[in-house]
Formats: sequence, C-alpha cells, structure tokens
Amino acid sequence: MATNIRAESEATHLALPVSSDTAGRLRDRPIILRLVSIALFAGIWEIAGRIPVSFAFPTFSDTIAAFFGLIADGSMPTAYLSTLQPLVLGILLSAFLGVGIGIVCGLSRTGEWLLIPVFIVLQAAPVAAFIPLVTFVYGIGMTAKTIAVMILALPVIVLNTYKAVRNVNESLLVMCRSFLGTRWQTITRIVLPDASPVIFAGLRLGVAAGFVGVVLAELLITPTGIGDLITFHRSRADYAEMYATIASIIALSTLTLVFLQWIEVRVFRPEKRGT
Amino acid sequence: MAVTAVREKPSAIHTSLEAIVEVKGICKSYGNVEALRDINLDFPRGKLTSLLGPSGCGKTTLLKIIAGLIGASAGSVTVDGKRVSGPGPERAFVFQDFALMPWATVLRNVAFGLELRGTGKAERDEIARRYIAQVGLSGFEDKYPHELSGGMRQRVGLARALSVDAEVLLLDEPFSAVDEQNRRKFQEDLIRLRSAQNKTFIFVTHSIEEAVYISDRIVLLSPRPGRVSQVIEPDIDRSGDPDRIHRDKHYLDTVEEIWQGLKQYVE
Repeated sequence: MATNIRAESEATHLALPVSSDTAGRLRDRPIILRLVSIALFAGIWEIAGRIPVSFAFPTFSDTIAAFFGLIADGSMPTAYLSTLQPLVLGILLSAFLGVGIGIVCGLSRTGEWLLIPVFIVLQAAPVAAFIPLVTFVYGIGMTAKTIAVMILALPVIVLNTYKAVRNVNESLLVMCRSFLGTRWQTITRIVLPDASPVIFAGLRLGVAAGFVGVVLAELLITPTGIGDLITFHRSRADYAEMYATIASIIALSTLTLVFLQWIEVRVFRPEKRGT
Repeated sequence: MAVTAVREKPSAIHTSLEAIVEVKGICKSYGNVEALRDINLDFPRGKLTSLLGPSGCGKTTLLKIIAGLIGASAGSVTVDGKRVSGPGPERAFVFQDFALMPWATVLRNVAFGLELRGTGKAERDEIARRYIAQVGLSGFEDKYPHELSGGMRQRVGLARALSVDAEVLLLDEPFSAVDEQNRRKFQEDLIRLRSAQNKTFIFVTHSIEEAVYISDRIVLLSPRPGRVSQVIEPDIDRSGDPDRIHRDKHYLDTVEEIWQGLKQYVE
C-alpha cells in the first residue's frame, strides 16, 4: 500500500513542470532543516555553557576555538594519525571478515552451528571487559588497538549479515533457479543485493562500535591518539580542548556512517536513490 | 455440442494433437499428506491449458513439478520427449507474486533470464525492449518495480518469461494479485499475445470465468488428494471483440457446467 502511494506521488511529480519539480526536491532533501537543527543544538550548547551548567562545561564558541587551536598546533592531526591506523585497519578487517563469515553462516548449516553461537556470546558480553585481557596478551601496540576495534565491531556485522542472508526473499531464489541461475549467480545477483540493506545496517552499527573500541582502547590501554588527547586535556582542566576532541570524533564517526549509506544506495539499491 | 467433456481416462486424452508436455503417473506427498495422486495428462503444443480447481487441489504443486522446481514422489514429466529433472531452457515460469528484483529496473528484470544465460548486454537489452513493447510497457524500461501497479508488474514478469524464448510458459495464478479491472485488460492482452506466438501455455487459476475465457482446454482437479476429475474443451471463438466472449452463450454454459461440477468440493 505504502509503495503504491509513493509510486503515485512520484508519477504526479513527473507530470509537473520543471520548476515545481525542483521545489519538490528541496522538500525531499531538507538540507536547510538539517542546518537549522545543527544551529539550534549549537545555540543551546552556547547558552548552557554561559549559564554555566558546570565549571567543566565550556561554551560552543570556546570549543570551536579550541578545535581550531588543536589543529593549528598539530596535536589533533598527530593524534588522529595514530588513532586512524588501528581504527581503519580494524574496521576494514571486521567489514570484510564479518560480511564473509556472515554469508558463509547464512548459506551453510555447518557454518551456522560452528560459528554463530560464538558471535551471539560475543555480542551479549560486555566486551569492554575483554580489553585489559587483550592488553595482557598483545601488549599495548597497534595490534591490541586493532583487536579492540574488531571485538566490538565484528559480532554485530557477522550476525546482521547472517540474518540478512538467511532471510533472503524465497520467491526471488526460486525465480533465479527457474531461470537457470547457477549457485554463484544466485549469491551475487540475488542474495547480496537483497540482503544488502540489513548487511549495511550491521556495517553501520559495526563502524560505530569500532569507534567505541578504539577510544576505549586508547583510554584503557595505550595513552596515545585521541584517547590520550582527551585524557591529557582533562587532566589539565582544558575543558574546551577536551570537548573539541570528543566532538571531533563524534563528527568523524557520523560522517563515516553517512558515507557508508551513500555507498549502499549507489552500489546496491539504486531504487532508493532520491527517496 | 458446446463442450466436450472427457471423464478421467489416462492416456486416452487427445492422441490426435501432438503433446509437448506429458505427465505420467505423478504422485506427490508431503509426509502423510497426499497432495497429488496419479496424475496423467498431455498438454498439446501451441495450446493454452488451464489447471483449475479449488484451493488445496494441488494445481500449483503440479505446475511446479512440471517446472522442475519441486520433485515428484512418483511418476515422470517429459517435455519434448526429454524427462524433466529440474528447470530447463524450454520452460519459463510466471510467478503469482511477480518475483521481480526491487533493485533492478524493468529492463534489467525482463532481461534477467538472458543475463543468467550469459547473453551480451546489448543483445539482451534489445530482446527485452522488444518484449516490453509487446506486453504494453514501452516507456517504462527505466522504472523500478515499486513505481508500477500490480498489473504492470505482472506484465514485467510475463515479458521476462517470453524473452528467454521458451516453448512452454508456466503461469502460476498470474492475475490473482492484480485488481479486477487490470485483470480483465490483461486477459484480453494475453489472448492477443497468444495469437502472435506459437507457444504452449499452462495456466493455473482458481477462477472459473478466467479459465473458460482464455483456455483451449481446462483440466479440472479435485482436492485432497489432487486428481484429474474432468478435461473440458470450451469451444469459444476468440477471434473477434474480446468483450463479446463474456456474453457468448457457450462461454456462459461452460462456466455454469464447471461450477456445477466443482460445487461438491466447496464446503
């Protein structure tokens, strides 16, 4: 029903002249509304900082100033250089391994019985508790941080992919078989595109968890990178700098997720473009 | 005589017409449930045969066995003398729920059968465009399924089945998810499409009117377990105005006769 209504509204769009079509597009992509939302948030932050709600709570403008200060003196770029290495490595490994393991488990019962319980336990466990253990085994270097990212990101990616593959539209599978699709064709042309929304939902959760992992590792294991920058400025009571660092990693995480969504729509689900 | 009704008599049915699909002694059980019992049928080349019956009579099961999508418990299906052991290039299926890929355009959906067979992109797109035009969807090539109505989606499904150039088209209640007005139009178009190509159609439906309207032969199945109860050949002239058929005396008589025969199975 909902799709019918959407189809009709799109049909009327097509019939309308070009000028109102662009107006419709503005309504569909409310960039201005998003900017207003960000401005509102910044305004409330500014007021809260000026009251102030706490002596440790800087204003928005101080935080922005501190952000540019940290970039100018090179401490933030240096911190990101050290944080991004294990983060990117861990997330890429988790994405490829996770989607791969998830697909295998979704397609084969043996794989399912062998591996899925492990990831269910991992997802249920308060994984942050493992991080000291990781330090104990792998030391305080890059390996430990990468593993911290992976133990947080991997389970949700595997489980989402597995569920997505398991729940692929049965009638499309039958259709592919009736038109003589091979097993490989079925996987690449039906299973993956059909599962991609749920796989990408898992990837988004996994990437967010990976950010948690790397910051946790840097706060708990090795005082380096962004975690160190946060700890350092907190210890010196440079709250504006501390908040600027925290906000920057939140912003980076958000941008990564937006980028991931863009890839999904571009590559796998072109019918969702512009909706 | 408006209709020739032949009581169940395996192997004696229509030896005069060459049969392209032969069903011999098909039985199908799901555990203790017997879905089909000893089905013997011949489907003549170039004809449209409907499998008609109330729900639970196993008509879709029989169609899927002919398609090679499910296996029979006993018996055999041959197409052009070759025994069916799975889906084959000489048979194409039209699905009740359309089974279109939501992420693919109309063009890619229609060309999908050829894509799986490894036909080059330019060639398969050209063939697909031709069949899209034949089913009346020209101009919708770059639309996605969610932008189409139910009737249009099933036209895509039909074009996909036509484009692989199979001799036998298997249609599983193709109009059951299409609204009444679109269904009437689609049935008329199907009659027109049929006269343009020399293909064999096997059509599953639970609508008596639909079966009589479009079929050369109607196989009546009785339920639990599914058996052939009657084979009817409605003698209706479909050359003129399609609307006239609905008022044709033979059409109305045949509908009535089938209803009288099926009544006993409806509780």
